[in-house]
Amino acid sequence: MGILEVKGVNKRFGGLQALGDVNLSVAENSVHAIIGPNGAGKSTLLNCLVGKLIPDTGSVMFEGQSVLGRSPHEINQMGISRVFQTPEIFTDLSVLENMMIPCFAKRDGAFRMHAIESVAAEKEIIDKAMHMLDDVNMADKKDMHAGAMSRGDKRRLEIAMCLAQEPRLLLLDEPTAGMARADTNNTIDLLKRIKDERDITIAIIEHDMHVVFSLAERITVLAQGSPLVEDTPENIKGHPKVREAYLGETAVAA
Amino acid sequence: MLGLDKKDTSLLLLVVVLTMAAPFLLNPFPEGSGMAQFNAGYPDLMQRFVIFGIFAIGFNILFGLTGYLSFGHAAFLGVGSYAAMWMFKLFGMNVLPALFLAVVLSGLFAMLIGYISLRRSGIYFSILTLAFAMMSYALAYSVLATDMDGPDQQGLLQKGLTGGETGLQLTLTDPRIFGEASTEDGNIPVPNLFGIEMRAATDLEIGNWVFTFSAGYYFAAVVMLISFYLSIRIFRSPFGMMLRAIKSNQQRLNYTGLNPKPYMLAAFVISGMYAGLAGGLMAAMDPLAGPERMFWTASGEVVLMTILGGVGTLIGPVLGAGAIKYMENILSKINSDILHSWFAFLPDGLEDFVVALIYPFIGKGWHLTLGIIFMLVVIFLPGGLVEGGQRIKRLFGRGKSAEDANKPGKATTPAE
Ligand SMILES: Nc1ncnc2c1ncn2[C@@H]1O[C@H](COP(=O)(O)OP(=O)(O)O)[C@@H](O)[C@H]1O
Ligand SMILES: [Mg+2]
Repeated sequence: MGILEVKGVNKRFGGLQALGDVNLSVAENSVHAIIGPNGAGKSTLLNCLVGKLIPDTGSVMFEGQSVLGRSPHEINQMGISRVFQTPEIFTDLSVLENMMIPCFAKRDGAFRMHAIESVAAEKEIIDKAMHMLDDVNMADKKDMHAGAMSRGDKRRLEIAMCLAQEPRLLLLDEPTAGMARADTNNTIDLLKRIKDERDITIAIIEHDMHVVFSLAERITVLAQGSPLVEDTPENIKGHPKVREAYLGETAVAA
Repeated sequence: MLGLDKKDTSLLLLVVVLTMAAPFLLNPFPEGSGMAQFNAGYPDLMQRFVIFGIFAIGFNILFGLTGYLSFGHAAFLGVGSYAAMWMFKLFGMNVLPALFLAVVLSGLFAMLIGYISLRRSGIYFSILTLAFAMMSYALAYSVLATDMDGPDQQGLLQKGLTGGETGLQLTLTDPRIFGEASTEDGNIPVPNLFGIEMRAATDLEIGNWVFTFSAGYYFAAVVMLISFYLSIRIFRSPFGMMLRAIKSNQQRLNYTGLNPKPYMLAAFVISGMYAGLAGGLMAAMDPLAGPERMFWTASGEVVLMTILGGVGTLIGPVLGAGAIKYMENILSKINSDILHSWFAFLPDGLEDFVVALIYPFIGKGWHLTLGIIFMLVVIFLPGGLVEGGQRIKRLFGRGKSAEDANKPGKATTPAE
């Protein structure tokens, strides 16, 4: 049984069947990619996993526990972290403060009233945050305004923030969308390193085939809200149904 | 010192020195001189400076840190005043228990209103808080002001809990079980701190200058300094950082395993308690509480104070409160006779012209001046008076400015 088990998930938006009977099993410590054309329902599926949306029917189990009906912060505390399509960071805070918040969340849980203590005295949290920043080569940017950084840096920071919580499942929604080639390659390298260094499962939605084929061990192809096929990257590349439904000309380029 | 870093400590010390020396600093003009009407160093006004300072400091903890704009904070001011009055009526004239009850009751009230209002954000949150405050006003004005101890009784609740339009007042028949119902000469006793009467004051005459030292002012000032110190601690705490994170990106906070709701509610309750403390102090300085303290204009005033001084800065709200109260009390007292005497040196026609030009902006027209200043500040100094001060400082010390510019924005390091 996988770390994440999705069974019979349906989701309708009015008349539109965004997800139709989705079954998905993500094996522990693997990198699982979900690909599919625009509007296939990839983001909708991801939103159902993190508590942003509730499926109409079906079940979503993480490590044997249902996530349905829990709020996003509870699901996060279970061990699922999420990276967004456009980087979601605290743009008005400094880079170091951005990094400290997930460290607090990991140590203190969803809420702790610490209104009189001083942030500057939280040595343990600051050290951990600096260590994480160092790990993604951002230690020199610690006092920078996070909102003023390049998109690639914001992405790196967001991923590092997720990792600071030591999640067991990391979900990424098109992490390289709208990125320059160099930034994309940096992100691939970072994700590869994360996968090698940590006991972590990664589920990634991606449009860029270069990214998918350099990272994924399993690929699920989603079309019109339903899984079309699930297989290894090699087999997906040559799969006629996939070529027809999704890859089209891009398959030649890839 | 006191758990603050060097910069915050010097800010706190500066504020301590300024408030303690206020009776001198606010009375720069000798008695009887033409400029004496600009003196603000009389107890009544100085008390208002620090009390509204407390109100605005607390409001800024909610609005400045989380960005949630409450338009009903005057409700807590009113609750604080009524609570303090009842303490005076039932138990005695010591101000400490009165302030204690004011803070506790307004905190509970804020918990109720905050719990409901925080289900929405943005404009809907503001409207909900406004609606609650206006309901509180209506309650205080009429519903809670009905005769509650029977038609033929003349007891404590003769005019209900709030006293209605005329407000809640002390009477000679109040029980005051731990104090005296009336003084030896048959008067209503005065709010005091272990015997030191709040209205007690001594004058110091130096040459043509008269400086007034009021017990009430110094008591309120010390309460304000404690409130200010606590707000610095809150700003620099992990809790304060979470509140800024809520303002910056609530979605990310949710997906970082943190629950924004209790953080928001705690901020709301804390700022409500600050408002209640301010309301209690008002009653301690002048034992009277009326429903107009809860009116929406009072809620709007604290918004203006905070924005004028500098949202999200430590000292801004205090400056804003001072600026508005100064204008309200000083500008409004200038009349056309005074203007004529100032411009008497001009040729007659020109004098009348200049006076006619300025006249709409003084006296009752002080709101017009406030409006114009507010507009200018919002357009040219979005960071409020604090930003103005920083710009002036930068003009004089160019070397330091380059260093400051590289620092993260003011949201990250709330400036003094
Ligand atoms: N909140 C929503 N309300 C209505 N329709 C939605 C909503 N979210 C997504 N959809 C629709 O569901 C379909 C799947 O969308 P999405 O999951 O974003 O696709 P993908 O991420 O694969 O490009 C699209 O047709 C989209 O318009
Ligand atoms: Mg999408």
